Amino acid sequence: MIRLVGINKTFGKQQVLRDLNLTIPTGQTTVIIGRSGGGKSVLLKHIMGLLRPDSGEIWIDDEEINRLNQRDLYRVRRRFGMLFQEGALFDSMSVGENVAFPIREHKKLPFAEIEKLVSEKLALVGLPGIEAKMPSELSGGMRKRAALARAMALDPDILLFDEPTTGLDPILTASIDHLIIETQKRFQMTCVVISHDIQSVFRIAHNIVMLYEGRIIEGGPPEVFRQSSNKIIQDFLEGRFENSA
Amino acid sequence: MFLSRIFFLIGRRTLHFLSELGGILILFFQSMAWTFIPPFRLRILFKQMEFIGVKSLFIVVLTGVFTGMVLALQSYHGFKMFGGESLMGGIVALSLAREMGPVLTALMVNARAGSAIAAELGTMRVTEQIDALQMMAINPVQFLVVPRIWAGVLMLPLLTIINIFVGIIGGYFVAVVLLGINSGVYLNKTINMMEMSDLMQGIVKSIFFGLILTLIGCYKGYHTSGGAEGVGRATTEAVVISSVCILIGTYVLTSLLF
Repeated sequence: MIRLVGINKTFGKQQVLRDLNLTIPTGQTTVIIGRSGGGKSVLLKHIMGLLRPDSGEIWIDDEEINRLNQRDLYRVRRRFGMLFQEGALFDSMSVGENVAFPIREHKKLPFAEIEKLVSEKLALVGLPGIEAKMPSELSGGMRKRAALARAMALDPDILLFDEPTTGLDPILTASIDHLIIETQKRFQMTCVVISHDIQSVFRIAHNIVMLYEGRIIEGGPPEVFRQSSNKIIQDFLEGRFENSA
Repeated sequence: MFLSRIFFLIGRRTLHFLSELGGILILFFQSMAWTFIPPFRLRILFKQMEFIGVKSLFIVVLTGVFTGMVLALQSYHGFKMFGGESLMGGIVALSLAREMGPVLTALMVNARAGSAIAAELGTMRVTEQIDALQMMAINPVQFLVVPRIWAGVLMLPLLTIINIFVGIIGGYFVAVVLLGINSGVYLNKTINMMEMSDLMQGIVKSIFFGLILTLIGCYKGYHTSGGAEGVGRATTEAVVISSVCILIGTYVLTSLLF
């Protein structure tokens, strides 16, 4: 279980997160929605330990990650996989090298076994046999799939997605959604997804939470969330201009 | 009002300068600490040595030859006024070994490799590749900064020695072949006037310059923000700041150490 307790974060004069409390249940997909620039990515970076809060606690199971030294933080991070918005594949490496990279860094496996694992991971995301291609040769959707293969290379139990469907056409969006649902189901992972795409959110989420002005203002299963009487949420879901981005 | 505005601007600039200097020093100490923590990334180090060293060879040789040639040409006209042409070999060699060799080599490598380091790391920062490294529990300073800094520190002295050597050959060519100075006299003065300590002066400076240009390139790239524009800004700042530091550094080192 991931728990954020009383998180505050300020950049310069702008307070991005205000006394934020959030519980992310294990083995489910939790989607965080909210306005652009509302602090969703900042929130995700806190969960990963890439940013430290000004105050508050972040618990990954029974470990408060801000109290960990670097070695222990890295041990906790090995439990995470992260799909960045643009994939963040290393452009100096081929796709195969990208997927093999975390395995080579953290597991002492023979070359042939690493190659086999890479092929498996790429097949899992529907991209078999593209090991030799460079990231620049891939389309946006393929890049995200390859990045997902890399994120899953160490068999993480928590997968984080930063706007996985942004910039993709509806068919590719549906295919990435399908991939998230299948991966979560198959490996019983805890998935945390940031998304703007309302259709996609309702397809993949077990829980939806809304971040507004640095706080979680509503959270619950999709059917409950859809029925919310909160005007901000209804405006956001229906894309009404007054209160949404 | 006007005075307070001036103080405000000076204060802001000073704070910015101190914060940048602090950031660079922190990165330096982090790099030194991570140097001795396994895994030792020798493959990346050799790759960076090839990039900073081997691939800068052509431009360093070219700069060296022409620096030596122009030094010989300029000094010839000066020495001719009082019949001191025989000193040319020594003067060209001394100028190259103590000052021109290390400074020009560092400026050329800075323009080529320092800018590339800032641009590469800057691009990795804005495309979240550095965050991705951290997410994979890999320390980006150890993975990206340490090999680059050591490659700079190791390769700059070698490039500087090559630059000085080809500079002396360039000077010899102009003096002996084009200007008709006696070959024996030229070489004799070169060997007699240039001592090992002069060469050491150049080497010590080049080690310092290698550290400066890679450290600042890495710092600027590592802390890039603001997309493609930010990468451009980081690259320019890295080259300008490193160049200024090299020019100030050569004076400071000369006056402090020698």
